[in-house]
Amino acid sequence: MLNPPTARTSLTLASTLATVDRVEQEAEMFAKQFGFDDDEISNIAMAVREATVNAVVHGNGYSGNREVAILFEATTTDLIFRVADQGSGFNPAAIPDPLSPENILRGSGRGVFLMRAFMDRVDFRQLSPGTELTLTKHRTANKAGV
Amino acid sequence: MSIKVSTRQVDGVTILDLSGRITLGEGSVTLRDTIRDLLAKGDKNILLNLGDVSYIDSSGIGELVSAFTSVKNAGGELKLLNLTKKVHDLLQITKLYTVFDVKDDETTAVGSFTR
Repeated sequence: MLNPPTARTSLTLASTLATVDRVEQEAEMFAKQFGFDDDEISNIAMAVREATVNAVVHGNGYSGNREVAILFEATTTDLIFRVADQGSGFNPAAIPDPLSPENILRGSGRGVFLMRAFMDRVDFRQLSPGTELTLTKHRTANKAGV
Repeated sequence: MSIKVSTRQVDGVTILDLSGRITLGEGSVTLRDTIRDLLAKGDKNILLNLGDVSYIDSSGIGELVSAFTSVKNAGGELKLLNLTKKVHDLLQITKLYTVFDVKDDETTAVGSFTR
């Protein structure tokens, strides 16, 4: 591997609202190690929270038989947050644009938009079964940390 | 911490003082139920004081939008007061800042409702 992780956190959690809060807190603690400012840390934690909401609610449907797999990694250049569910999968291209006039007053559908707003990359991968979201945040040269 | 809601009346306007987090689950449900109960009582001029709302996620944003739509459909007005930087920034990037009538002074906000 060209850029092996320097830090790693992995969790397997139930499909509950408590998991959403837990993963948000874990993401915040993880990001704090790498020199991001408070706003960036808050935004990273929110993006990871939204990915976990997708996994718990839309992927696994709160099922007691399905788990959410979390993997956080830091490399010398990036923080990488992977959130995987065991649901039936979904097509990210089918997500309506929440900024378009016909969608602006919708009561839902902004989660992926916020992930993309706060992270440098958001990638989707279909599993069998399930979906894995990979959120990447670049570490800039002036950021401290391990 | 989830959300706490205190309700008061000022010159015909119902002010909801919210504190905590408006997020998926209890926070969003509490806001939804509070708005529903106010509309059922005929209280249609509603000012949401978000000065002590530290955090809001996409579900919370959606709940604010749903509240705005519900109140508007009932013939009333819903306005926002005292946005924190976090909430302000979220409404900006979701292009909702111009959808809501956002105020930063309570007296001005109360006086701006149509009666």
